[in-house]
Amino acid sequence: MAHKHKLLELFWAFLKIGALTFGGGLAMMPIMHKEVVEKKGWISDDDVIKMLVISESTPGVFAINSATFIGYKIGKFWGSLVATLAVVIPSFVIISLISLFFYQFKQIEAVMFAFYGIQVGVAVLIFKAAIKLGKKIHFNALSYMILIASFGVSFFTEIPVIYILMGAAFIGIITGIFLTHKEVTNHA
Amino acid sequence: MLELLRLFWMFFKIGLFTFGGGYAMIPLIEDALVGGGYLDVNVLYDMIGVAESTPGPIAVNMATFIGTHQLGFLGALAATLGVILPSFIIILLIAWLGSRVLESKTAEHAFMGLKPAVIGLIMSVAIALVVRLILPKIDFENLIFDVSLFQWQNLIILVMVVAFIYLFKKKASPVMIIGISAVLGIAVYYGF
Repeated sequence: MAHKHKLLELFWAFLKIGALTFGGGLAMMPIMHKEVVEKKGWISDDDVIKMLVISESTPGVFAINSATFIGYKIGKFWGSLVATLAVVIPSFVIISLISLFFYQFKQIEAVMFAFYGIQVGVAVLIFKAAIKLGKKIHFNALSYMILIASFGVSFFTEIPVIYILMGAAFIGIITGIFLTHKEVTNHA
Repeated sequence: MLELLRLFWMFFKIGLFTFGGGYAMIPLIEDALVGGGYLDVNVLYDMIGVAESTPGPIAVNMATFIGTHQLGFLGALAATLGVILPSFIIILLIAWLGSRVLESKTAEHAFMGLKPAVIGLIMSVAIALVVRLILPKIDFENLIFDVSLFQWQNLIILVMVVAFIYLFKKKASPVMIIGISAVLGIAVYYGF
């Protein structure tokens, strides 16, 4: 019974996190910290940092990564399932409702004009996101070259994005092996 | 049924190859859905605007919206499940096996290459969008430059949004930027 109660609390906490964050990703952090660390004491600050590192170094959606991770800490498999579903449900319901009448809504001239403006705003937001990500990595000659190459290839050619990502990962691995090898020979 | 599976698989791949959050998904979505002829590019960017100004993870918002647009409610369910499953499975495995799996040197090296590439991809999407909004008739692949359709209204909006962000710095949240852009869109398109 106690376990069921905890799962319910977990569901409610993540429902709130999903319903109250705008922009997703790291914008979730303050609310999540308040709910899960400060209010409930389910996990520690150390766990939060660990979770951030794991989210950064795995593919996927940050909100789902963190809900799954925290849910597992609290209630193993069922905990992770409950937390993940809870964080998704508000978005799913809200967007399903909006998309029902979005196209009728867009027939209105003022709304259409508003969306002309919004497209420009979205372009700026996407660019801002790139700059923000850029601040988090350590730049050297190689990373600049990879950045410029991936920009150029995706801007001027039709090569699928997945191949660009695979190519970049491959270059990273090859350079890594080469550098490690050099270090080993230097030490010897 | 087959259509639902196709949508699910498309979003599963998008979820699996997204490194660095919701925005990093945009190049992948554009590739798979706009490139594949399933979605009009304008619908995609309308939708990102909606995803930004409603609560919840952008990735889930986008998947739900595109899923509904493609195949109704079941489509939304298929796309959303598809985009969250890779994260769910990977994190569950890590939580279960312990995070040492991540401490491999190879994974670390792969990320050295992946991170700058993702930034380059996101920048390319943003700049391509700006160019398309201001000069819709430029074709970079075939090098056709037709400047007769210059959209100066969008240029004015762009300058004002950037000025707004510059003035308000940290206070300019995504929701606020979307709100301001909507007001500017109405003002500029009605005003001129």
